[in-house]
Amino acid sequence: MKTTKRALRRQLPLQLMVLPGVIFMLIFSYYPIYGLTIAFKNYTVIDTLSTAKWVGLDNFKIVMGDKYFWQSVTNTLGISLLKLLIGFTTPIILAIMIYELKDGPFKRISQTISYLPHFLSWIILGGMVINWLSTSGMLNQILVGTGILDKPVNFLLDADKYWWIAVIADTWKEAGWGTILYLATMAGIDPTYYEAAQIDGAGRVRQIISITLPHLRMIISLNLILTISSLLKSNLDQTLVLMNSQNQVRAEVIDSYVYRMGLAQGDFSYATAVGLGVSIVSVILLVIANSISKRFNEESVL
Amino acid sequence: MKIKRINPFIAIDSTLVCLISVVILAPVLNIFASSFASNRVLAEGNFIFFPKELTLDNYIAVFKDVTIWHAYLISVLKTVIGVVTHVFFCSMVAFGLSKRDLKFRNLYTVMGVITLFFSGGMIPTYLLMKKLGLLNNFMVYILPQLFSYYDVVILMNFFRQVPSSLEESASMDGAGVWRIFLQIILPLSKPALATIALFNGVYQWNDFMTAKLYMTKESLYPVQMKLYEIIVQQQAASMNTIGNVALQTTSKGIQLATIVVTTVPILIIYPMLQKHFVSGMMLGAVKE
Repeated sequence: MKTTKRALRRQLPLQLMVLPGVIFMLIFSYYPIYGLTIAFKNYTVIDTLSTAKWVGLDNFKIVMGDKYFWQSVTNTLGISLLKLLIGFTTPIILAIMIYELKDGPFKRISQTISYLPHFLSWIILGGMVINWLSTSGMLNQILVGTGILDKPVNFLLDADKYWWIAVIADTWKEAGWGTILYLATMAGIDPTYYEAAQIDGAGRVRQIISITLPHLRMIISLNLILTISSLLKSNLDQTLVLMNSQNQVRAEVIDSYVYRMGLAQGDFSYATAVGLGVSIVSVILLVIANSISKRFNEESVL
Repeated sequence: MKIKRINPFIAIDSTLVCLISVVILAPVLNIFASSFASNRVLAEGNFIFFPKELTLDNYIAVFKDVTIWHAYLISVLKTVIGVVTHVFFCSMVAFGLSKRDLKFRNLYTVMGVITLFFSGGMIPTYLLMKKLGLLNNFMVYILPQLFSYYDVVILMNFFRQVPSSLEESASMDGAGVWRIFLQIILPLSKPALATIALFNGVYQWNDFMTAKLYMTKESLYPVQMKLYEIIVQQQAASMNTIGNVALQTTSKGIQLATIVVTTVPILIIYPMLQKHFVSGMMLGAVKE
């Protein structure tokens, strides 16, 4: 006890450097986690966290019977699964394609170009997407010019196309950036593997299948687990800028629904219940995905 | 090596990568070109890279619009102040945590790791900001962004690579922890500080959600939020073609010019970013 005290006194300047960080976490991270309790309360504008009436699982029961909530779940899952299909695989393929290029300016330039959209905000990108897809925009120019379409259409007003637009736009933005981890992993592959394969007469495609992909297995599973655990997460920035009154039935995702119910309509408890429920399901998904991958990889990735 | 032959595999691969680069770059160039087109040409379409009449009118209109410049200034302030305070705050905490014999270090670490996985989510965080009086307050751009445990871990690992003999000899000469931190550790950690500053800077510049959630006062909007408003208004106006006589909204040309003006700072720091982001990602990926 005495030594602890003495050590603390000696460390006082260092402890004082860490203290602001601890206080920050208590206020900005832990207090909101405690604030999640309003999901079990009937919190109104005049209440504080402690005075709000405890209602148990009532809010969750209402959520279960809310058809707009289920609509947002359908949209979130639809977009996420398409993303898993397209947005998850594209970076892997692109990374292998870039890896197979000879080192030189062409490789560097194509990497530079492919990373760029990652650094643009969704607002900028949303503005761009809206322009490309508008009746006088680039896509209609191309499609009408080549005779695929008779007359221009505003794609964003067509609710049935929204999922594809969201997924393709997201893949366009993030595919290049997604290659970085794969490229870094491939850079660590021992070149003698390839040399030996060449001597054995294996072609390039064969080498990719038998050498490159097995080396990427760990990092691919890790990314897959993270993607699966975020199936219920959505891109609020993207949704807020691309959603309009025409495509809302297909564009409303869980996050934007929470935003609308909570901040626009002031139903704090209800919105928090939705958010909390989704987080819990996400954790369950993460655990399931990790245990499945454990079975395949014979070791835990996380 | 051997004599060069044209390998069909490499030829196909190069062509595909080239195509992908075009697919990524062409739409951006299209927006850039469109921002120099007059509204009449924009309404007709009929071009991808070369509008019929080039004009600077859109940019002149943007330059004349005080609200856009005001928002731009807010963005610059938010980014500069945000980055400096974030880097300093995180470094300070990371320096303390980098000492392995620090008392309660395990407790602090557990606290930090939990924040990486759990958060209160949108509504409880909103209620906190309200309680702290941060709604419609410029500090909401700065205070909640001061600390990130992820960045602290990156910095901590970097600080540990500084030879401990340097610190020991300084402390024998009577230098206190602050002096060691400011005059030895920070100057030797410039690459890590630069990486974190650049990423945080991009985040601050691109962030619109903070304003969307916590700001209703237009005078505190950053340029991303201003741009969002312009885009949403335009969308609404273009859908509402019947009543367009009365609808006086920002023209499409101005919207495009604002997009370009908002993108320029990112393009300027992009070469620096590129130098740092691979090393930055590796710093984060190796440990933790």
